[in-house]
Amino acid sequence: MLSYAFRRLLSTIPVLWIAVTACFFVLRLAPGGPFDGERSLPPAILQNLAAHYNLDKPLIQQYLYYVGDLLRGDLGPSFSSEDFNVAQQIMIGLPYTFTLGMTAFALAIIIGVAVGCLGALYQNKMPDYVLGAMILVGVVFPNFLIAPILQLVFGIQLAWLPVGGWGDGSLKYLVLPVVVMALPHAGRISRITRGSMIEVMNQNFIRTAKAKGIGPRLTVMRHALKPAMMPVVSYLGPAASYLLTGSLVVESIFGLPGIGRYFINAALNRDYGMVLGTVIFYMVLIVFLNLIVDIAYAWLDPKVRNR
Amino acid sequence: MYHFSKKFLATAMFGALLACSAHAATINIHNGGDPQSLDPQKLSGDWENRIAGDIFEGLVTEDAKVNPIPGQAESWTISDDGLVYTFKLRDGIKWSDGQPVTAGDFVFAFQRLMDPKAAADYAYLQYTIKNAEKINKGEIADASQLGVKAIDDKTLEITLENPTPYFINSLMHYTAYPVPKHLVEAKGADWVKIGTIVTNGPYKPVEWVPGSHVTTAKNDQYYGAANLKIDGAKFFVLEDQEAALKRYRAGEFDILTDFPTDQYEWMKKNLPGQAHVAPFSGLYYYVINSQTEPTKDKRVRQALSMAINREVIGPQILGTGELPAYSWVPPGTANYDEPSYVSWKDEPYKQKVEEAKKLLTEAGFGPSKPLTLQLKYNTNDNHKRIAVAIAAMWKPLGVNVELVNAETKVHYDQLQRGDVQVGRAGWLADYNDPDNFLNLLVTGVPMNYGRWSNAEYDKLIKDGNLEKDLKKRAELFKQAEKIALDDSAALPIYYYVSKNVVSPKISGFEDNVQDIHRTRWLSIKE
Repeated sequence: MLSYAFRRLLSTIPVLWIAVTACFFVLRLAPGGPFDGERSLPPAILQNLAAHYNLDKPLIQQYLYYVGDLLRGDLGPSFSSEDFNVAQQIMIGLPYTFTLGMTAFALAIIIGVAVGCLGALYQNKMPDYVLGAMILVGVVFPNFLIAPILQLVFGIQLAWLPVGGWGDGSLKYLVLPVVVMALPHAGRISRITRGSMIEVMNQNFIRTAKAKGIGPRLTVMRHALKPAMMPVVSYLGPAASYLLTGSLVVESIFGLPGIGRYFINAALNRDYGMVLGTVIFYMVLIVFLNLIVDIAYAWLDPKVRNR
Repeated sequence: MYHFSKKFLATAMFGALLACSAHAATINIHNGGDPQSLDPQKLSGDWENRIAGDIFEGLVTEDAKVNPIPGQAESWTISDDGLVYTFKLRDGIKWSDGQPVTAGDFVFAFQRLMDPKAAADYAYLQYTIKNAEKINKGEIADASQLGVKAIDDKTLEITLENPTPYFINSLMHYTAYPVPKHLVEAKGADWVKIGTIVTNGPYKPVEWVPGSHVTTAKNDQYYGAANLKIDGAKFFVLEDQEAALKRYRAGEFDILTDFPTDQYEWMKKNLPGQAHVAPFSGLYYYVINSQTEPTKDKRVRQALSMAINREVIGPQILGTGELPAYSWVPPGTANYDEPSYVSWKDEPYKQKVEEAKKLLTEAGFGPSKPLTLQLKYNTNDNHKRIAVAIAAMWKPLGVNVELVNAETKVHYDQLQRGDVQVGRAGWLADYNDPDNFLNLLVTGVPMNYGRWSNAEYDKLIKDGNLEKDLKKRAELFKQAEKIALDDSAALPIYYYVSKNVVSPKISGFEDNVQDIHRTRWLSIKE
């Protein structure tokens, strides 16, 4: 298992290198540079800035510098922050993003699986319709619409929760952003769980369990849940990488620190170092999460394990 | 010789004292984005300025209405030829670690600003200082040639290239803030980290969570610390203006430094007296290419300018009542009184359109040969609304407009390369002086996107900047402005307004044309 994991990680290095190289050169093709803006700087100042960041060197030389630094574990400077380099910014944002992402991830699984199971057990009955409709709201409405509505209702009208900010990081500050992040995933997880559960419940071994006289609750918990989770788990990999890379919308509406805004802002600002840094970070994270999914698969399904 | 007395400061301080009799507390300010740095020589932008101006203080500082008042310097004298400024530093001024602030700290800071290796974005704002430009361009390697000298610890002498009437104003800018030489030399780039940084302003930074907020606390070493009514501020990062307004309504913010224009009517009704809309020294304008056809023809440029119904843009399209712009320099700019206006300013709109049609016909455009133009703007709802409206205003002239939008970086890249027929641009003054606007139309200046060039204009601006007599200088500038407007060098559209929302708990907030509101002049009632 360990050697398998190690080989998997090793095989991603060439992929990473190709991505970094492509990203490096494609970025430079984009019109506009990091120092273009409402105020054009005089040529002398631009020259100083270019020299400061090595942007006056030939592109291939800049690329070699970058890869050299990267091999030493240095992600380089960020043009939009003088006081924090790319690696420092990612390290600062990460704990916030992971706290939000993991909480949202857990919430999405709990709600999604519970609603999905109930839906399957009460297939085409009242609870299925009501829960299904409710969860659909979370899937259909985009987060930039849900977030302001929740802020208005719970932050201003009821005044139960803060409208935004991280505050001291206590639960009340997390509730709204976590719910906004978890809702669409909870919705999708519940749809997948429901479908899969219905299928499993019609299988022969469930019929056998029922025939042996095991109650419905035990049938689901002991026999049906584990096999029904297979498609859910394959969804969890992408969902986790989505949640753990943060959300631009959630961060900028709730005013939260985190890495979600880095990538898009950096791309818009032509902050080359930051774009590359986030791309590398995302790739490593996604590879890692996919590995975890594969391991979870092996644990859930003996057929996969013994292959 | 001219001497700035302490009386001015005393009056200002006393005024502030009367205005703020509430007890101390902290204030929560919505500050848009994350600051680029806390290092005053590495900044550019408004978010940074709000923080930097609270934690550092230059030789000259601003009162609540952003008039220059003595800061770290208690007084100064100006030589008869207007070239040499001698500043006497205040007694007992200290950095927040208790070290004295000396003339040497200022010399160090100015040399650092001009060091080409430091690559300061805004170094050019202080090019008025002798040899500054040459040092910054690498033409002079010896930084001590800069016209900033410490006579002794308490006396600083600054020599200029030319007499510059706005020099005192430009010293309020953050590029002119001192930095602690002892710390920068010891720690290098890390001097600015929280926990290490020391400052000489009324406040000092104590916390920075990137993406969330910067917190400041009172600097007990500051000479005016006893008069501060507010103990510290939190500057919050929040890009979403709608969300910022909600947080304000929930009491999480005390001041919003911008708000969504479409909420203005609602705010007037529901938060009476809290939304502050005030004239701001900035100009929203359209660049027009004077080097390429068809806008090379002055008649075409003038026709397009005349047919813009400026009166409806502020009140109806934007909804925040921006004032129509018929001049290049916004009214209320210092050292200028009334700007020059376009000659057709007061004609009724119908007549303007008729004249515009005539001009276009003269230029050879008409139903048989319609004028087709590209109008470029950077992607933004308000820019789009205005572009659509102006395209509609040009339609009756027989002008077909193709609207092209691009993200900010791409848009300005196109403007700089001159790849534009008509394009949106804006200018916010760096310092309160007409030169800051008029310079945008001088031949060869990078911001002269329309590539308009007029030898007489260039000469008038140059002469004006060498003129010591402020009245004569203003006259020369006005002549130049008239030339630019008569030639429709660019199309001014409206003067910017500042948009703040201020909680009724706050007092001492004064609207001003530079939209600078230092925490030290504010107080808060709990």
